[in-house]
Amino acid sequence: MKAVLFGATRGMGRSIARILAQRGERIHLLGIGPEDLERSARDLEVLGAPSPVEWTEIDLLDASGFAPALDAADQALGGFDTVVMTAALFGRQEDLEDDTERAARLLTANFTNTVLFCEEVRRRLLARGGGRLCVFSSVAGDRGRKPVILYGATKGGLSRYLEGLDHKFHAQGLRVLCVKPGFVKTGMTAGLRPPPFAGEPDDVARRVVRALDRGKALIYVPPPWRYMMLIIRHLPRFVMRRIGF
Amino acid sequence: MVQEISGWGRVIRVAAEERVSEDLALITRDAVLTRGLGRSYGDASLPPASGLVVANSRLANRLLAFDASTGELTVEAGVSLHDINRVFLPRGWASPVSPGTQFVTVGGMVAADVHGKNHHREGSFGRHVRWLRLRLASGQIAECTPDEEAGLFWATVGGMGLTGHILEVRFAMERIPSPWIWQEVRQIASLETMLTQLREEGVRWPFTVAWVDLLARGSLFGRSVLICGRWADVSEARHPFRPVTRRRRVPVDVPEFVLNPALMRLYNAGHHRTCRGSRGVVHPETFFYPLDTLADWNRMYGKRGFIQYQCVIPASQPVSKVLEFFDLVRSLPLPVYLCVFKDFGAPGDGLISFPAPGFTVAMDLPNRPPHTQVAVDRLNEFVLSVGGRVYLAKDAHTRPEHFRAMEPRLAAFNEARRRWDPEGRLRSALSVRLMGDRP
Ligand SMILES: Cc1cc2nc3c(=O)[nH]c(=O)nc-3n(C[C@H](O)[C@H](O)[C@H](O)COP(=O)(O)OP(=O)(O)OC[C@H]3O[C@@H](n4cnc5c(N)ncnc54)[C@H](O)[C@@H]3O)c2cc1C
Ligand SMILES: NC(=O)c1ccc[n+]([C@@H]2O[C@H](COP(=O)([O-])OP(=O)(O)OC[C@H]3O[C@@H](n4cnc5c(N)ncnc54)[C@H](OP(=O)(O)O)[C@@H]3O)[C@@H](O)[C@H]2O)c1
Repeated sequence: MKAVLFGATRGMGRSIARILAQRGERIHLLGIGPEDLERSARDLEVLGAPSPVEWTEIDLLDASGFAPALDAADQALGGFDTVVMTAALFGRQEDLEDDTERAARLLTANFTNTVLFCEEVRRRLLARGGGRLCVFSSVAGDRGRKPVILYGATKGGLSRYLEGLDHKFHAQGLRVLCVKPGFVKTGMTAGLRPPPFAGEPDDVARRVVRALDRGKALIYVPPPWRYMMLIIRHLPRFVMRRIGF
Repeated sequence: MVQEISGWGRVIRVAAEERVSEDLALITRDAVLTRGLGRSYGDASLPPASGLVVANSRLANRLLAFDASTGELTVEAGVSLHDINRVFLPRGWASPVSPGTQFVTVGGMVAADVHGKNHHREGSFGRHVRWLRLRLASGQIAECTPDEEAGLFWATVGGMGLTGHILEVRFAMERIPSPWIWQEVRQIASLETMLTQLREEGVRWPFTVAWVDLLARGSLFGRSVLICGRWADVSEARHPFRPVTRRRRVPVDVPEFVLNPALMRLYNAGHHRTCRGSRGVVHPETFFYPLDTLADWNRMYGKRGFIQYQCVIPASQPVSKVLEFFDLVRSLPLPVYLCVFKDFGAPGDGLISFPAPGFTVAMDLPNRPPHTQVAVDRLNEFVLSVGGRVYLAKDAHTRPEHFRAMEPRLAAFNEARRRWDPEGRLRSALSVRLMGDRP
């Protein structure tokens, strides 16, 4: 595997990168903050990724950098076959509702730019006969929910996009994996009270890598969230209006 | 967000603002303390009062460099021993010191100057540490080694997080012939024999420990299982080597009546029987961390939690004194569910490190106020009378007057702290309880 990871300096992306490194996979990192990227690259080398692990700076808020960054990654790896995208912004509804600027940033990063990034990846992978694209969406996109309306909307849109990609390009060898985490204890959720079935990033990463290996199209992590969301998707509107979840 | 946090014994709980991030340097800026995986039992990893910020290092878990020619490993402080084992045991390297659980951070191993089954040979973890990077109370970042800023270095080793926030650590790993352990186990009927054999076997074996059954009645009281081990040779190693992945969980607080002396007595008897003289190759995780197979096993003790009491009885004391200690234990108002015995070698080099030459004993007791305090007081009075001391990483109930009497080194330690932290910003629930810090 020759993998490009966007957002792997932290959280679940970091955990996935560390598992791939221990398997000896070749890795190229995309992200912001040269110092952080450098430290993560050294970590992956110590863990067993072939040296050198290189990185390219990329800002999710600036789509013009996507193509050159992917070209750089392509060159460094001699043609990548796997891309894992975990970078995203998070915001609670109450923090976004009256902050148009922040809301716009989140909407752009999580939907428009994530999709544009995937489009760049898609073209490159299809041109070489296929490959794997793993993107982190969220259970928040499965139903319009009071605490995460805007964030959930970006993830809902992203899930639909990934579903469409899978439908259209599966036959051409593109393996699209849409990951829907429930609550996972990462820096992103550090200020929030963990609900039941909260997951650990390393455990989630193990499941995601397994799904990636098996060419799956959709995975809920930790697994109980699949059933919780099944129920929540079927709750009638009058109930959703009443509960705070 | 303010959340209730506690140590492993779940006896003392504090509502604290716990910050967790990969960026440990950032979150330690306005924290009074840094904690790791919370495996210290009492209040060492807790802030003194609610409203204060405590940093949690567990996401700062990157390995920064490994030099295979010297074995020196540089890590961020939140790296767990579990992660290190996963990566390095198969490659023929091991941590020079391993406590009884691998779910500890390297920062926590430095701060408590932890010891393992090889203490009689290798000393405590601090001896193997080469370099530390800290955030001081002033906000400054400092580096120290056993030679440069040695004062800060040796105050931080074993200093329970009270001298600065440990951000990065470099320490020397040990080359091992294989990741497996050759183990020999034998039953011993009497405490006295256990004590002499523990000492004698330490000459031959790098790893030794004894499990003592203090629930057994009558003449069976104090029967022991002596476990000796060494890294297995390549010829003895089993192939292939795989880490243990399945861990059973304890999903809820077990009601208190479940874990009772009668049940534990049966368990201990069973354990004693299965340990009848065996020898052979075992998995290192079973050997070093027998309790880790059950995640959250601390919940077995129910809502009120439990305490672990650990002290050292100096080598200068005759065996009869150690036996007196057991007479005292027998008369305590609380049952001792688990008891582990180990001989210590050279003292820890940290200004206030726990280990000292002699026997160390660690015992698990259920928390049953007001008996808990009474039990600890009586044990401490004994320890004081023999010139021993208690392990701060386990402690929750020692009284300040007892601690001061046990610790002639406290004044020097506090002086070192004041040098690096004149305003006394860094503090924990433990330092307020025992060291005279402001809450
Ligand atoms: C089952 C079990 C068996 C054990 N066996 C042993 C044993 O055999 N030998 C032994 O020595 N100990 C043993 N311990 C105790 C354990 O090794 C220590 O308490 C260790 O410090 C726990 O590490 P932690 O990361 O969980 O730290 P925490 O419990 O979170 O913190 C412990 C102390 O270290 C400080 N600290 C942690 N990280 C930092 C940092 N980055 N910077 C500054 N200070 C920091 C905290 O402030 C606190 O004072 C055992 C514990 C358990 C639960
Ligand atoms: N944690 C959860 O409970 C949860 C639940 C559902 C879905 N998810 C989704 O799962 C994914 C991973 O989540 P996580 O919790 O692991 O996140 P995380 O720990 O916050 O990591 C996010 C990563 O994205 C990077 N990033 C953020 N903004 C960026 C930008 N503008 N440009 C480049 N990189 C940027 C971050 O790098 P820097 O830190 O350097 O900025 C970081 O490496 C996200 O898509 C998230 O929405 C998470």
